[in-house]
Amino acid sequence: MSQAIVITSGKGGVGKTTTTANLGVALALSGAKVVVVDADIGLRNLDVVMGLENRIVYDLVDVVEGYCRLRQALIKDKRVDGLFLLPAAQTKDKNAVNPEQMKELIGALKEEHDYIIVDCPAGIEQGFRNAISGADRAVIVTTPEVSAVRDADRITGLLEASGFEKPELIINRIKPRMVARGDMMDIPDIIDILAIDLLGVVPDDDYIVVSTNRGEPAVMTDNSRAGEAYRNIARRIRGEEVPFLDLSEKETIWSRLRRLMRRN
Amino acid sequence: MVFNWFRQKTKTKDVAKDRLRVVLMQDRLSLSHGIMEEMKDEVITAISKYVEIDRPGIEFSWKEIDKRRALVANIPVISIKRGATSNDRVTQRSY
Repeated sequence: MSQAIVITSGKGGVGKTTTTANLGVALALSGAKVVVVDADIGLRNLDVVMGLENRIVYDLVDVVEGYCRLRQALIKDKRVDGLFLLPAAQTKDKNAVNPEQMKELIGALKEEHDYIIVDCPAGIEQGFRNAISGADRAVIVTTPEVSAVRDADRITGLLEASGFEKPELIINRIKPRMVARGDMMDIPDIIDILAIDLLGVVPDDDYIVVSTNRGEPAVMTDNSRAGEAYRNIARRIRGEEVPFLDLSEKETIWSRLRRLMRRN
Repeated sequence: MVFNWFRQKTKTKDVAKDRLRVVLMQDRLSLSHGIMEEMKDEVITAISKYVEIDRPGIEFSWKEIDKRRALVANIPVISIKRGATSNDRVTQRSY
């Protein structure tokens, strides 16, 4: 049975596109047929994060408006078997598509693929409405910051009102050292506040910047902590039980000294 | 510098949690369509059985009292209804 999953957050810049790209690649690497869909019309970015920006001919709006067939707009990722990208239009705006059309599009994609991962734009307007229509499952990405968690709560409410019974949470950019010294909210704190199911935790990882520079999602290499976390999340999406990464880090006398020196 | 070693500072993550709790409760209530209004109406109906109140003067607001969230209702009373109850202690009250 194929499944459409929308990646939301409310707030911008928390890692929706990175999450979409990494989960898409990880699911495809595990043998599934996957399409990642950029629903951020007018501000497309999934193509550059995936490293497929030079191969775009048609886009999502072209498909919806009937200028091309769905298959013509899908870009096949040559590095990973069974992975496709449906890019967003860059020149149109969010009102170029409506929720009914998106639903139809996702339905058509589900006929030939196992997973459809939709990268939702930030915000709660039309773009959000479009991105969630047709999805079977909703994932909310947040970071351990007050503003991101607040927006995640708002999105949870909107998703529930739209019929998503159990949105799931990914907490991105956890910094274990800051958590250890009590300067960053920890996973249980955030879960306690938001009261939704946890799908995964992704540590803050400089390698994400490197991988985005190159256009190679972090799950494609073995030496990224974030990549490892995304691979685990992909396995959970497929229904496996995978324990959460242990991110705890004790504050040592040295890290404490360093911190105190920096402060003064 | 040495003094920092001994000073127990409030963890900023706890500050974040407390602030989020308050703000999310306000968000959730004000957003869930008309729930606040509905609650107000029910409270007013209940109190009106016993006292005559000044409806336009009623105020409901969220406050933080002693680090706890509180729903504060300010309900101006015009008069106590005769024959309400024997032990009329209903005056201006905060909930």
